Amino acid sequence: MSSEKYTIVIGLETHVQLQTRTKLFCSCSTKFGAAPNTQTCPICSGNPGTLPVMNRRAFDLGLQTALALNCTIAPFTKWDRKQYYYPDLPKGYQISQYDLPFSSEGHLEISDSKGRFETKRVGIFRAHLEEDAGKSMHDEQAGKADSKIDLNRTGTPLLEIVTKPDMRSPAEAKAYLTELKLLLTYLGVSDCNMQEGSLRVDANVNLHIDTPAGKIATPIVEIKNMNSFRAVEKAIGYEAERQYADWQETGKKLGDPGVFKQTRGWDDTAGVTRSQRAKEESSDYRYFPDPDLVPVTVSPERIEEVRRTLGELPAQLRTRLETTYAITPYDSEVIVNQERKFVDYFTEVAAACGDGKMASNWLQQDVLRVMSERDLTIESYPVRAAALAELLLKVKAGDVDTSRGREVLQRMFDHGENAAAAMSALGIEKVDESALVSLCEELVAANPRLVADVKAGKMQAAGAFVGQAKKKNPNANPARIRDLCLEIIAKLP
Amino acid sequence: MHEQTATELLGLLHSGKVSSEELTKAYAERIAAIDPKVGAFLRVDVDGALAQARAIDARRKSGEKLGKLAGLPVAVKDLLCSQGDLATCGSKMLADYRAPYDSTIVARLKSADAVLLGRTNMDEFAMGGSTENSALGKTQNPWDLTRTPGGSSGGAAACVAADMACLSIGTDTGGSIRQPAAHCGITGLKPTYGRVSRHGLIAFASSLDQAGPMTRTAEDAALLLETIAGPDPLDSTCIAEPAPRYTETVREPLQGLTLGLVREHFAAGLDGDVERAVREAIKVYESLGAKVKEISFPHAKYGVAVYYIIAPCEASSNLARYDGVHYGRRTDEAKLVAELDAERKELLAAGRKREAEQLDTSLVRLYRKSRAEGFGPEVKRRVMLGTYALSAGYYDAYYLKALKVRRLIRQDYDEAFRQVDLIAGPVTTSPAFKIGEKVADPMAMYLVDLYTVSANLAGVGGISIPCGASPAGLPIGLQLQCPPLAEDKLLRAAHMFQTATDWHQRRPKL
Ligand SMILES: [Zn+2]
Repeated sequence: MSSEKYTIVIGLETHVQLQTRTKLFCSCSTKFGAAPNTQTCPICSGNPGTLPVMNRRAFDLGLQTALALNCTIAPFTKWDRKQYYYPDLPKGYQISQYDLPFSSEGHLEISDSKGRFETKRVGIFRAHLEEDAGKSMHDEQAGKADSKIDLNRTGTPLLEIVTKPDMRSPAEAKAYLTELKLLLTYLGVSDCNMQEGSLRVDANVNLHIDTPAGKIATPIVEIKNMNSFRAVEKAIGYEAERQYADWQETGKKLGDPGVFKQTRGWDDTAGVTRSQRAKEESSDYRYFPDPDLVPVTVSPERIEEVRRTLGELPAQLRTRLETTYAITPYDSEVIVNQERKFVDYFTEVAAACGDGKMASNWLQQDVLRVMSERDLTIESYPVRAAALAELLLKVKAGDVDTSRGREVLQRMFDHGENAAAAMSALGIEKVDESALVSLCEELVAANPRLVADVKAGKMQAAGAFVGQAKKKNPNANPARIRDLCLEIIAKLP
Repeated sequence: MHEQTATELLGLLHSGKVSSEELTKAYAERIAAIDPKVGAFLRVDVDGALAQARAIDARRKSGEKLGKLAGLPVAVKDLLCSQGDLATCGSKMLADYRAPYDSTIVARLKSADAVLLGRTNMDEFAMGGSTENSALGKTQNPWDLTRTPGGSSGGAAACVAADMACLSIGTDTGGSIRQPAAHCGITGLKPTYGRVSRHGLIAFASSLDQAGPMTRTAEDAALLLETIAGPDPLDSTCIAEPAPRYTETVREPLQGLTLGLVREHFAAGLDGDVERAVREAIKVYESLGAKVKEISFPHAKYGVAVYYIIAPCEASSNLARYDGVHYGRRTDEAKLVAELDAERKELLAAGRKREAEQLDTSLVRLYRKSRAEGFGPEVKRRVMLGTYALSAGYYDAYYLKALKVRRLIRQDYDEAFRQVDLIAGPVTTSPAFKIGEKVADPMAMYLVDLYTVSANLAGVGGISIPCGASPAGLPIGLQLQCPPLAEDKLLRAAHMFQTATDWHQRRPKL
């Protein structure tokens, strides 16, 4: 997508719904999907006289996330009111953080195992907490203009994470979001369910174009309302081309008089961004410190305490898997991109069978496939790590070949048997080497034409020996058969 | 019976000499007879109060342990939420608003077994110093019906002055308890900011609002404050320290008391009668063994200006929810849509397409008209002041600057309280003024808060007690101010004065 005509400059703002049981400033439930307006109280509906009281848990989840994003935590932070009128905003202002966010200046490392871009650090300007607004539902049916408001969502804690304009392609933007989502999942701070609005993304996009007269920048566009990572990728790609065409047509640059930041919405079905009606001047939210809430102080001890609870984060985990188990970055990415429990499963298998690469292959090719076919999690996958490791040790020892090993795993999955029991049920037993040798000698003697083919250099003919051998003895190890037959043929005059 | 203090009445109730039902009936009759002249109450719920009184009497008879105010009727300013009841804030905007929950103060009164007698009049959203800004009724000063009772807790002060209640709750954002208490000749205490929970107190300016007792005596104020003060998990700005038992200490005189007199409080603009009465009162203290020390408040002169930036800023935000969509009366929508259509047609017919396009949406017009119709002129004035002061480009010059001066005012207090125990001085520049006298001059009205606003800006406590009378017989108040959380001292000092004088026992002739 990136082009030589221009560089795309991308900054992302992500709203993450924090996984608390109760709202940011009252004790109403944050559960998704309840009947409209059943999860409200006088506080979150902004009744006259009510006061917000901060939910400590929400603040702590924010703190965990900010620390995981390498942010600096402010020792003192306050709440501000962002004021505007809208029917889904009961108090006439949203409680947010303006000039003293609780965290700032962090970064998140992104890389691409497919090599589309170099590993880089995406800078984080700030992460701050705020309350969500309600939801408006407009009834557009036949001339009816009723609007209904559901306040269940008002007051739900949101963490807004704002990056620096450090991304240079839709792929980088997507990688950032994927890594961010993974991090949030590992921390357990959000369920990241995009359909339910737990993760919402706005992108600020413009272009830096090299012209004979020097570098110019196009006006910044904020793309709102994107509900999937794919949409973000597509919207940015579309927007880049649109801005380039617009610049060619109008020549408008960032900073020209009368040129303002524009807000556009992403229409996923049409695959285009559309201009949203906005006032020409920048909005004046009349932010000021909320006098109903006391400032929050965070001690260095508290920061250390929270830092200790973070656990191993995805980036550290990948490095550990690559160095400890000698697997490729691609493999570690696949494994770490699963949930944390899957990583634990992998390390248990790899340690017990003593072969990380083998464990990784089996997990990716067999376990993950079945998990997705049967919609299982690693916890509900019936073959436990120790049992799988036992099977892999047998494969390594040559007691069973890889393809029959798959049959064994299937039987372990179906019947809950251990590897030994599954093998004996399938009649798999180790074939004695001398029996194998005599079987191969027999086959070579019986197939002069194949022998001639092999001698003429048609190595694939050796495969036919394997097929015949398996018919005579299904436990025969195919690789060994092949090797033995070739050895015998080589010794023939 | 209704001339007795709450402390005395509590004794009678306790000994069984009088029942809560009898007492409530007596107040109801007094209100029926007197309040048509005074207008202190917006609503009196006689049936509800009597039912409550009877229930408490029955519980007392059965030997049940009762709360601190068992059977005593209390009047409440109409901005405290009480579940299921109206809470109008003296505004057309909230004329029909019924709170779905109890404010902490009302909940504490209920659990102290007080009888909720009725709701008192106030300036709209507590903005004003005369109760003339109430959209729902007029309140007259019981001492002179041509004069205002002060404000914004004018109804709360007048009902005590006229013996229509012995305990009443007011709120003070810039002097709204102390100034009407002075004008009506009663005792009014503004506690330290955060001493009493604001949960369920319909906000005017959150960082300044504080509810407190309005009573006949300091002893009664101690009783009421003890009931309503203390930490509240529903208000994070509420101080965590538990409330002391003020009733147990209020009668102890203060030994070695040093009173501070602020030089700037006795400057030009202070009425001669008020100054004389205040100086007399200070002599009384000296006769009781107190020392007096002159101090200076270098930033006192900025108090009113700072107040009239900060309070309107917070008010403009706090009052945003009264938009006709969420809360507050809504304009006639059908009329609104018809009007908009007509305006649009007219503009289009005149070829003014651009203006037609820039016309309000019906939602914006709904906000505009609902707020225009629901708020009175003083509220509009302050909302506009606050909106302006907070807007981009003015924030630093007004709001931030005001916050800085506010800190300096607080430092004046800190410095003063290193030298003296309490600060003594006038509450108001003059005795109660005539109804209508300052209505046309907002600046003159704003200056009535001259001696009281600083306590709100600094968050310290203050009390107004009757200390004299003008030649025309109008009450004059003495203000005592204390360091944060020193209400016990404030009440003891006030009680000392009230044992040595009888200004608090004077009654208006009605
Ligand atoms: Zn709630």
